[in-house]
Amino acid sequence: MARAIIDERICKGCGLCVGVCPKKVLRLATDRMNDKGYNPAEVIDPAGCIGCAMCGIICPDSAIAVEK
Amino acid sequence: MSERVLMKGNEAMAEAAIRAGCRHFFGYPITPQTEVAAYMSKKMPKIGGTYLQAESEIAAINMVLGAASAGVRAMTSSSSPGISLKTEGISYIAGSDLPCLIVNVERGGPGLGGIQPAQSDYWQATRALGHGDFHVLVFAPSNVQEVVDLVFLAYDLAEKYRMPAMLLSDGLLGQMMEPVSFPEPVEKTGKPSWAACGHQDLRPHNVINSLYLKADQLERTVVERFARYAQVEAREQRCQQYLCDDADYIVVAFGATARVSQSAVDTLRAQGVKAGLLRPVTLWPFPKEAIRSHIPHAKGFLSVEMSMGQMVDDVRLTVEGKVPVGFFGRTGGVIPRPSEVVEAVMKMAGGDR
Amino acid sequence: MAMVYQKSKMLTDAPLHYCPGCTHGIIHKLVAESLEELEAGGRAVGVAPVGCSVMAYDYFACDMVEAPHGRAPAIATGLKRALPEGVIFTYQGDGDLAAIGTAETVHAATRGENITVIFVNNAIYGMTGGQMAPTTLPGQVTQTTPYGRDVTTAGFPVRVCEMLATLSGVAYAERVSVDTVPNIRKAKAAIKKAFETQIAKKGFSIVEVLSTCPTNWGLTPAEALEWLRQNMMPYYPLGVYQDRTGNERGVF
Repeated sequence: MARAIIDERICKGCGLCVGVCPKKVLRLATDRMNDKGYNPAEVIDPAGCIGCAMCGIICPDSAIAVEK
Repeated sequence: MSERVLMKGNEAMAEAAIRAGCRHFFGYPITPQTEVAAYMSKKMPKIGGTYLQAESEIAAINMVLGAASAGVRAMTSSSSPGISLKTEGISYIAGSDLPCLIVNVERGGPGLGGIQPAQSDYWQATRALGHGDFHVLVFAPSNVQEVVDLVFLAYDLAEKYRMPAMLLSDGLLGQMMEPVSFPEPVEKTGKPSWAACGHQDLRPHNVINSLYLKADQLERTVVERFARYAQVEAREQRCQQYLCDDADYIVVAFGATARVSQSAVDTLRAQGVKAGLLRPVTLWPFPKEAIRSHIPHAKGFLSVEMSMGQMVDDVRLTVEGKVPVGFFGRTGGVIPRPSEVVEAVMKMAGGDR
Repeated sequence: MAMVYQKSKMLTDAPLHYCPGCTHGIIHKLVAESLEELEAGGRAVGVAPVGCSVMAYDYFACDMVEAPHGRAPAIATGLKRALPEGVIFTYQGDGDLAAIGTAETVHAATRGENITVIFVNNAIYGMTGGQMAPTTLPGQVTQTTPYGRDVTTAGFPVRVCEMLATLSGVAYAERVSVDTVPNIRKAKAAIKKAFETQIAKKGFSIVEVLSTCPTNWGLTPAEALEWLRQNMMPYYPLGVYQDRTGNERGVF
């Protein structure tokens, strides 16, 4: 069991997390924007997350915490 | 007070700073202030202090900014061209509300100018020590004992009002030897609450900063700072008056020029001219109150300077055209002779005795 | 479940103002995490530069001083001399460190000033909108090199680590990159080692971090990482350029 917790309010939708996720469980939301006007990252396959924390490590805005 | 010792102005200044608690001196060699740095380089290592010869005047003033940020008494000294380089840092120090001591042992200018004594940095000291809306406390000693006393006062007021202080000396005063005694040494312990000295996980982080990107925020900060400046102007004007109370003609002169002018006043009195000397000790705040108090009886003021006439602007602004304000000066490193000052006052007095 | 990755306590809650995908944010995290892991935050004082990272003073939770452009190493020198037990660092961009502040950088290094410099090299002036930096690559198009940097008129880019490595006061100099997660991990190890070098009083330490500027490079964040790999890494090879951390201070 592992989980990436994304703080959508501070996410700038840069997509670096999406690019480094080895299990491809992340994407940028297409149906909504946050208050800053960005499409935030979201987890599309919660069961696929292995808790490697690479998304958190590369996120420039500290918007991602990872539990395992 | 210590016993009286014979000391050169520049060395007395350095010793005074050490006794006032300064343990961090950052400088760069330039004539005619170099004795200050040389004295510091000899003394500081023996008392656990810092003497650091910086790569430039710009670096030196920014080292002062860093040390002052940490809440210690820091100092730099230079001469005119070097002060021009320091103005960037002085503006940031003022904008960051930091206290420190900057010494200018003035020489002639502009450009490389010369190395003889001058007072042609008055405008720079009182108006142009960097960009932006700010003031610096400016002290102008005229003898070696006063150099010592004003170093102590400069640190105290700089810390009280959280602003930089400048001691405006000149090559004459710097090289002159006179007997001095020193006040009791100041032991600086503890750090001010605002200092960036490491929060030790005991408080939120302190930030030393002069950047305010929102116009209203910057305006508020500057206006608050000017409220402090208004207090300084109200409380800290200092001058020395010599035979001014009944004077018809008042010579206004600071620093070394005041010494020359005092001899001139004595000569004039002996010749029956009621002359006086008003010597600003603080150039900012300018001693406006004292000058104004003499407007009712004075027939004229004469600003005597080692420049083409800079302080005379402040005398005129203070007198507001109510009585004539004249100027006499020599520049380029030439020191006015008392006889020249006498002549200038006589000329102003015309036939009127 | 336990938290395996979260925001460092050495960062404040202030949201970063950087553009999306700008790697300044990653480097901030590495500095903050290193200070936290070394339990040095309480005695740390950082110096922010002028440039994109000017507001770093709002982001680091340690005491901070904001410097005039290029003067951060001089301010850090003043801080360190006043706080010998403090952990003093500067965080500077390429214009700040290698153009207007070259003298301050070189002399702090040659004095062996016991401070840590975090040097963010993204080959461009970001804050002013993308002009040529001292580290702009030959041929690189910027707002002020519209035909590409012509080395016959604009000169060559400065290799900072290589230059500083020649100075005896430098205890540790390494160039790293934050383009991939493995490189981010290496970058963090370097930053941590730089702080350890200072804590052990070994002298000047600098970590140059190759960084991106997606906005002014005109690329997406992912493309910018690739551009960094293709263009910056060949001119600015990663690696340790000086390591005297095994020496006693003053013995070189």
